[in-house]
Amino acid sequence: MAGKTRARAAEAEEVDQADITMEDAPPSAQKPGYSQEEGSAMQEDEGEENDVAGEEEEEEEEEEEEEEPQRVRILPGSTETAASFEFLKEGHTLGNALRYIIMKNPGVEFCAYTIPHPSEDKMNLRIQTYDTTTATAALAKGLQDIEDLCDVVADEFWTQRDKFNAAQNK
Amino acid sequence: MAPSKGRRQPPSAEELEERNTVGINKETVTNTTSTDYPGNYPDEEHAWDKEYFRQNFKVQWHQNEQFEAQFSLIGVDASIANAFRRILIAEIPSLAIETVYVNNNTSVIQDEVLAHRLGLIPFTGSKKGIREYMTFWRKPGEGEDSYATTFDNNTVSLKLAAKCTHRKDAPKDSRDPHELYENAHVYARDITFEPLGGQPKYFSGDDAIRPVNPDILIAKLRPGQEIDIDMHMHKGFGWDHAKYSPVATASYRLMPTIRITAPILGADAEKFAACFMPGVIALEPVTRQEARALGSGYEGHEGEMKAVVKDPMRDTVSREALRHPEFEGKVKLGRRRDHFIFSIESAGQWDSDELFLEAVRILKKKAGALRPQVTNMVYAF
Repeated sequence: MAGKTRARAAEAEEVDQADITMEDAPPSAQKPGYSQEEGSAMQEDEGEENDVAGEEEEEEEEEEEEEEPQRVRILPGSTETAASFEFLKEGHTLGNALRYIIMKNPGVEFCAYTIPHPSEDKMNLRIQTYDTTTATAALAKGLQDIEDLCDVVADEFWTQRDKFNAAQNK
Repeated sequence: MAPSKGRRQPPSAEELEERNTVGINKETVTNTTSTDYPGNYPDEEHAWDKEYFRQNFKVQWHQNEQFEAQFSLIGVDASIANAFRRILIAEIPSLAIETVYVNNNTSVIQDEVLAHRLGLIPFTGSKKGIREYMTFWRKPGEGEDSYATTFDNNTVSLKLAAKCTHRKDAPKDSRDPHELYENAHVYARDITFEPLGGQPKYFSGDDAIRPVNPDILIAKLRPGQEIDIDMHMHKGFGWDHAKYSPVATASYRLMPTIRITAPILGADAEKFAACFMPGVIALEPVTRQEARALGSGYEGHEGEMKAVVKDPMRDTVSREALRHPEFEGKVKLGRRRDHFIFSIESAGQWDSDELFLEAVRILKKKAGALRPQVTNMVYAF
């Protein structure tokens, strides 16, 4: 599997050499040598499964987490305050939630997401900020804010559920 | 940011109400996008704040049963509510039949159709076993043995064997297949679970792997016909196949609002109530105080019946009221932008309320997994 991926990457690099005149390609163009098949869906699943099972063995869990392939990259043509990011194996679920929470950041001038092609499992996110912050910082803050939001939602949801159940059993 | 021209008054309650309502008119829907972003209104913050969110976020429960839960999330944006809904449908793992080995099938239902039917049967079993012990199965690579990746902690083995025969004791003039034949109908309850390796520790007794509904009809047989099948169940995701979705449905709708802006009285009121779902509009007599208040529109109508909004949540927002000229200008329909009435129907492997909590956990995990990657990102510029 790994050998195959490497061969594919090499092949793609060759294409890159031949295609050198395509330098003016738009920043959203797919970067060669960047195989989408890296880590099949099933392999990723294995990582997730270990999250659950690994609660007993913390060390093993950490090891597995390091192995998770890089799924975010910054697209060419980006600057400090105006950047496009490409997410692999993400869709509208995270895309729209992230867009909303990043737009809530006062340092952000513009934020939008797109799924460039329905048959590619990719999601692109564009962030333009004022001089007070950077696009990458805004993205990191957005992800952190989503985590905080989830904590609040989970807390309130379960508290109210317990209250409701107690009231029903009366 | 928008230039500030001195301090503006904070928004009035009406303005906030207006912003928070999606307008539903005769032929159009207005005010659909959220505007709660920084820089959208002068002198208003709208930045993300965890504590502010905590104070404004509310959950109201309407129903909580194992297979059906209904609750409202109040104070979240559609993008967040929709993320939860999408995760519920497609990103929570569950166990389903993936491989069917047909040893013999002489029934009229074709192998592939039978396999598809089997895949869609919802199964349940020990929650701890399914969530913690069972892990994901990986397809064996090229050159690997076809069972090289099949273990007791990623595969559940099931068997279905049924042979139809004549019943000797059947009444002579009977035409009922149940009386005439043995095993004329094959149901989900006829599927037997075969524990492997460490599985009996989790899946035994009441916790055994079993169909959620034992009465699902799988096939019909006639004497001489036989089904003999082995099945392997694996864990999977709804995005791969609907059979892996842990919910029958997971949906939300926005809380309807009905504002009666001018009095609707007498026969009109009855007609008005009939425009909505039962229980949405109630009829109440006009009180003496209302009849006395000048400019209320109720003057001199004491004791007559007037239409009042009782329970807008029951409404389906059919807009029927907007079709009648007598109600023109008297009613304003809308939906509350930040009030999501969720309805989750579990397929059986999880409880409905647990499912939502799991969806929240998965969204958090998604964000948590990406955050270190953003820090480690290679900068191309």
